[in-house]
Amino acid sequence: MLKVLKSGFYTTVQDLGRFNFRNKGVPVSGVMDQLSVFKANTLLENDTTDAVLEITMTGPTLIFEEETYITLAGAEMSATLNNMPIQNYKVYQINIGDILSYGRLDKGFRAYLAVKGGFRLQSILSSCSLYKPITRENRLKDGDVVPFEYNKLFKPKILEIKVDSFLEETVLEVYRAPEYDLLQEEQLAQLFDGDFTVAKENNRMAYQLEECIDGHAINMLTSATLPGTVQLTPSGKLIVLMKDGQTTGGYPRILQLSDKAIAILAQKREGSKIAFKLL
Amino acid sequence: MKLPSIHIKPYGVHAILIEWPNEVNETILNSILQFENYLHENCLEGEDWETVPAYNSLLVLNRNIPLDYAAFRDKIQDWYQEEKKITRGQRYLWRLPVSYDLEFGIDLEYVAETLGISTDEVIALHTKNVYTVYGIGFLPGFMYLGGLPEALELPRRATPRLKVAKGAVGLAGRQTGIYPQESPGGWNIIGSCTVPIFNLKNESPCFVSVGDKIQFYQISRAEYDLHKIEAEVGIYQPEKIRIDA
Repeated sequence: MLKVLKSGFYTTVQDLGRFNFRNKGVPVSGVMDQLSVFKANTLLENDTTDAVLEITMTGPTLIFEEETYITLAGAEMSATLNNMPIQNYKVYQINIGDILSYGRLDKGFRAYLAVKGGFRLQSILSSCSLYKPITRENRLKDGDVVPFEYNKLFKPKILEIKVDSFLEETVLEVYRAPEYDLLQEEQLAQLFDGDFTVAKENNRMAYQLEECIDGHAINMLTSATLPGTVQLTPSGKLIVLMKDGQTTGGYPRILQLSDKAIAILAQKREGSKIAFKLL
Repeated sequence: MKLPSIHIKPYGVHAILIEWPNEVNETILNSILQFENYLHENCLEGEDWETVPAYNSLLVLNRNIPLDYAAFRDKIQDWYQEEKKITRGQRYLWRLPVSYDLEFGIDLEYVAETLGISTDEVIALHTKNVYTVYGIGFLPGFMYLGGLPEALELPRRATPRLKVAKGAVGLAGRQTGIYPQESPGGWNIIGSCTVPIFNLKNESPCFVSVGDKIQFYQISRAEYDLHKIEAEVGIYQPEKIRIDA
């Protein structure tokens, strides 16, 4: 078991998400940066679907009440294990009473903690990703405990991997989304020629961008949306839906982020610059 | 019968969107739902497929295998043309109880005044029509209902409320609907429905599907309180009627 001493800004439990309920309006949820989590679960020889802790901006203080192995991934957040600095993408052996805590945010925005075998919250609608009101809470609070199962037989085969960090990448590769063809020349130029800034309104549901492009008067019927869909509001605002985003929407869907682009954007915070590149 | 024409659009590597003519009507909705059924029963292999119908479109998504757009588009066209046998899922008309008591219908008097009719007439109009579920989205279990009488059309509130109660029944533009959970919202609230449209205690958490029908009926405050208790302990069953179309 893992006990939360201090929960940090927004610490949540996420797996790959909740599938087969989009047609009932249930968001997919799941980790925002799937790329980093995939590497951490691979190092621990976990299933790709195993749940991890997603830690946003300011990290928690955590105490382990069981032995296990862990790997950190994603944002670089000056993590320490019993006050000794530890690094991402390495396997660390954990003893009972070990304390994991986080300091200054150096790079990225969302850090991940993977544990051997994954965290085991009750699965609701085929996922243990926290999302209110499907689950009671969105995130962990001080004093919460998160169960995992210690596998005594596990001996890690690989102790670390070298990764090419994408935390500083700013180019988001995108595909055409259903309403792309309705864009005017001028709007296309605005979309692909300049940089955009992540607005204050950014969370697991959606990232808004500061700069507007020309607006529109397109009236469309509500239709399905996906994580990574870029919507264009009538006033020209760009909204990028993320993992907890709604499953349908009425704004034109102009671009669709690649899986990697979703991960890159998930590591951005207010004020970060990004640019779109059409595939 | 001639099939309505479809238009296929790319939507990233995991999904495509199939669009029917840009209209809100049942012929199109039925064509979409029939094809959705046909795809699941005869075409899409494996467990990683999901489909999301809404109004005039159907999203087809595979969460693991990247789709080759051109090849998949051609397959969809072929499947659509070859779809012959009627593979229609069972549909239901759900009769849902609503209390229009002013304690819940906080905008009922405003709505009546704005429309120039009495509150009783608002209730009579709202319970008269049978609504069609054209989509489920926005929030878990939120139904996009079509078929509102024209006499009940009015704009949404100028300023949205920060909190609208779970179960609130609202009007906005040409739509009526139920808030499945407490949330911010700008609809005009005329009543409350105690039936939880989305309930995790049930094996299937949302009893309504796209294509189903909804009709509201008025209940007294006392019946409302009783239904509420029944819903809380999980013994309330909404009244349903099979639609054989």
